[in-house]
Amino acid sequence: MTPTIGVLALQGGFAAHARVLRELGAEVREVRTPGDLLGLDGLVLPGGESTTMTLGIEREGLAGPLGDLVRAGTPVLGTCAGLIMLDRAHLGLMDITARRNAFGRQLHSFEADLRFPDLEEPVRAVFIRAPWIEEAGEDVEVLAEVDGHPVAARQRNMVVIAFHPELGEDTRLHAQFVERVREHAASRAG
Amino acid sequence: MRDEATFRVKAGLAEMLKGGVIMDVVDAEQAKIAEDAGASAVMALERVPADIRRDGGVARMSDPAMIKGIQQAVSIPVMAKARIGHFAEAQVLEALEVDYIDESEVLTPADEAHHIDKWAFKIPFVCGATNLGEALRRIGEGAAMIRSKGEAGTGDIVEAVRHLRSITGEIRRLGTLDEAELFVAAKELQAPYDIVRSVARAGGLPVPLFCAGGIATPADASLVMQLGAESVFVGSGIFKSSNPEQRARAIVEATTHFADAERVARASEGLGEAMQSLEARKLDDTQVLANRGW
Repeated sequence: MTPTIGVLALQGGFAAHARVLRELGAEVREVRTPGDLLGLDGLVLPGGESTTMTLGIEREGLAGPLGDLVRAGTPVLGTCAGLIMLDRAHLGLMDITARRNAFGRQLHSFEADLRFPDLEEPVRAVFIRAPWIEEAGEDVEVLAEVDGHPVAARQRNMVVIAFHPELGEDTRLHAQFVERVREHAASRAG
Repeated sequence: MRDEATFRVKAGLAEMLKGGVIMDVVDAEQAKIAEDAGASAVMALERVPADIRRDGGVARMSDPAMIKGIQQAVSIPVMAKARIGHFAEAQVLEALEVDYIDESEVLTPADEAHHIDKWAFKIPFVCGATNLGEALRRIGEGAAMIRSKGEAGTGDIVEAVRHLRSITGEIRRLGTLDEAELFVAAKELQAPYDIVRSVARAGGLPVPLFCAGGIATPADASLVMQLGAESVFVGSGIFKSSNPEQRARAIVEATTHFADAERVARASEGLGEAMQSLEARKLDDTQVLANRGW
């Protein structure tokens, strides 16, 4: 079965996520209105500008239906601004507080090798005006850190990543996500 | 180990600006209005292109104090313009830590033969182009984003359409050429062969392609997005209109929903007067900004 994954497409790096997800065999739907969320097996909140996205979510009335989808257990991947969108101060779906532009302006954007607990080889992580997780609840598992600051974490069906796995050739983190989406879709079908 | 300013980090920021609107602003107050309307970035400059056109004289990089004021006022990326070839202005903008430098034909060129060596900088650059050869020369020099030039400060979309169609049309043509023909194409485009070949293979530029110059309405934004632009720059079109807040929001909405005519229609309702416009065809050669750049 081919799972259908929605990518929030109000603004930002949605096209790069869509390309990787299609390569991994998923059906991709760009999400701009509440109707686009119907029947999704998984959801990606991409990077971009968090203020632009916040205003867009408000304009489209997306907060309610998007929250329902996530609370129903649908696998979610939030990268960069997507991490910020899920935090306590924005959609309030994940028990984290994000710090925006935590590493500084574009001059301080960088690439680095990061170790993940369930991956053998490190991930080449591209951080662009990236946030970090300033504070996380007990239920949140930190997956990776930079200078002692959490930059990837998991809570129930939500995974957040402060960098951009969609910008490289390494698709392992997306493959893990698609796998979770397939399992979720299969359990719903069963 | 951390690697800063890699090409992926530079072009990556442009990737994050896709599907959005980058607005020209001349002070912190306008920057805040732009951010609150949903701009994905602002371009800090002393005068919008329509005023540069009206006032004449030499147009230069903005006052650093003004740029700093804008950086403090908003959290979205702040871009600023340097004159073509004026690498010292670009060095100043890098020292100010602007997020993107626009080596722009809207300012008066400082060098009539050379563009800035953009590889020498850690801050990414965006450059204008009227055709594919020009775009690929800029990429060869290190630009991490290309914007079609259009004709800034006119409110006339015709040049933006011409430049965008020229770039995307030439990309499609490259895709039909065989290996031997690509060498000739590189010669004709006056662009580096390796980049020409990669564009032919990928069917697109190696960096995002945005559109600028003459966008004044939500429908203009929809038009250029449907023609292949991945984001839009709006210069004079917002703050030279009768209701900047509402028009800014409307152009943001139309850029997101560019393929949905009902949404573009709704966004276009009751916006008041668009900017005072000039017909680009009626400009004489000395007034055409898009001709600047080589």
